[in-house]
Amino acid sequence: MIKRMDAAIAVDIDNVTKRYGDFTALRNASIDIRDNEFFTLLGPSGCGKTTLLRCIAGFEDISSGAIRLYGQDIAELPPNKRPVNTVFQQYALFPHMNVLQNVMFGLQRLGKSDSEAKARAGHVLDLVQLTQLAERMPSQLSGGQQQRVALARALAPEPRVLLLDEPLSALDLKLRQAVRLELQQLQKETGITFVFVTHDQEEALTMSNRIAVISEGQLQQIGSAREIYEAPVNKFVADFIGETNLIDVDVKKITDGTATCLLPGGTKFSCPAAKGAHEGPGHLSVRPERVTIGKAKGSLITGTATRHIYLGTDMHIDINLQDGDVITARVQNSETANIPEVGDEVGISFEASAARLLVD
Amino acid sequence: MARKVDLKRFPGFQSMTYLCLILLYAPLLIVMVYSFNDSRSITSWGGISLRWYEDVFFGLEAEKFRAAAFNSVVIAIIAAITSTTIATMAATGMLRAGKFRGKSFSFALINLPLMVPEIVTAVATLIFFSAIGFNAGYLTILIAHIVFCIPFAYLPIAARMQGIEDIYEQAAQDLYATRFEAFKLILLPLMAPGILSGFLLAFIISLDDFIITNFVKGAGIETLPTAIFGAAKQGIKPNIMAISTLLLLVSVVFVTLSYLIGRMGQNKNGKQI
Repeated sequence: MIKRMDAAIAVDIDNVTKRYGDFTALRNASIDIRDNEFFTLLGPSGCGKTTLLRCIAGFEDISSGAIRLYGQDIAELPPNKRPVNTVFQQYALFPHMNVLQNVMFGLQRLGKSDSEAKARAGHVLDLVQLTQLAERMPSQLSGGQQQRVALARALAPEPRVLLLDEPLSALDLKLRQAVRLELQQLQKETGITFVFVTHDQEEALTMSNRIAVISEGQLQQIGSAREIYEAPVNKFVADFIGETNLIDVDVKKITDGTATCLLPGGTKFSCPAAKGAHEGPGHLSVRPERVTIGKAKGSLITGTATRHIYLGTDMHIDINLQDGDVITARVQNSETANIPEVGDEVGISFEASAARLLVD
Repeated sequence: MARKVDLKRFPGFQSMTYLCLILLYAPLLIVMVYSFNDSRSITSWGGISLRWYEDVFFGLEAEKFRAAAFNSVVIAIIAAITSTTIATMAATGMLRAGKFRGKSFSFALINLPLMVPEIVTAVATLIFFSAIGFNAGYLTILIAHIVFCIPFAYLPIAARMQGIEDIYEQAAQDLYATRFEAFKLILLPLMAPGILSGFLLAFIISLDDFIITNFVKGAGIETLPTAIFGAAKQGIKPNIMAISTLLLLVSVVFVTLSYLIGRMGQNKNGKQI
């Protein structure tokens, strides 16, 4: 891997706040999106991620802060003066123009001659494998084809940054998975910086170089998929990305990023702590696949197996603790798997590296 | 799905329906049937003939009717074009300019003419024109028609524009179109069915208007409705029935077209995408 520390900043979101009347959609967000990066804004619906995208595109004015595109402040520019293009969630293909005319639209507005625009549009349609549908009207296309046209239309003018607003949400599961790979491929081939908005954590994890997790207008964490999954900074990120067990603990001491705490049942345990975690009552995050089930004796926490959920390759086993909390373990289905019966007394263990003390 | 209410079960609904239908359409039907009457009488049937239609086009009064019809059509075309243009601009302002002060007031101003009794408008327009010393004639009719056609043109245009999400214009602007280009290249073509529908409605409203026209027209100028009224005052002859039937036909055709065009566009470019 090439170290990207000094890579150019494509989009510099500098302390941006967006208010609608009394409602703050986005609060003091600062994000550096690097050149040639597949960057994802991830969060539940209504968290402000689409608002941020629309601020970059120019459809919304920001209330305070600055947005710079390759160093140039674009906050005052209208959408048509910004070298970014958007793939809209509903595609927004012009219904009265055919596929080719749709793709040529941006090129013609930039003053390209008809033959130039046609050649470039043809090239982009080739890229998304739609050449043979160039004469069709949008209403004659399937959802997946419309999505590709929207993509081709936004790529044709060679924007410096491509904004994608949940472009896969209208597609069915099979197609979505195929398009994910294609999008990634397309980003690599074109070298254009992609800013991708989604509420689907799996989509974010599989496609992105880096992810920004946003909740209720507040930026929670920025990092690679791995960092966000394995080292979530707070309860929201741990809970939103994948599945996790949040275990109530009493934190006794934090030194050099290592927390010493008491688990339910009183066992003493040390594990890494997120920056900003404090002593007193707190939560450990342990992913279900990192939880092992064994004999009660010598384990960290004891409980009763209460439920099996069969998931094909895996099995989820719920274990009720004495205080009523539930810990879920994910066990791979195999002949040798040690799966306790419902009602069995079991012990739960996990490595120190699998656990992480969170900021509440 | 819940069972639909069977209206026949409501006492009196059926007879009420027939009563309304008869009152509305029987007179029209009688006029249409008697326009083909071979007799000079307007009450007794003398066999089928087209003589009164012939009379309308080639008879003694043909010249008068032809001139009146020509005036009507010219005024209707100019009034419809002008009022449709104004209504399109008004709808764009109302629906695409975001929030502005006095927006609901503007909405009321645009649509109020639909609620003002026509005779009041007619009298007021006449008083206004004479107060400013504007001579009655062609131009007064034209101005009055343009004004009262605006709300009629506005309704289908605004309805259509409301159905077009502004995401298309946003996409256009995102693709380097200026606001005006987004309007011209995207919104206007998508609105075309609504605009055409508004134009046809305005045309027929202008063509059919009698009350206001009768007040503001000068002595020498007749439109078709005022000419028919003038002829009817001297006793109703079957040729009036023939000319009324023709006017009715034109109206029905235009209103149907206006409705069909408005609907067709909706299906094609509606929210399916």
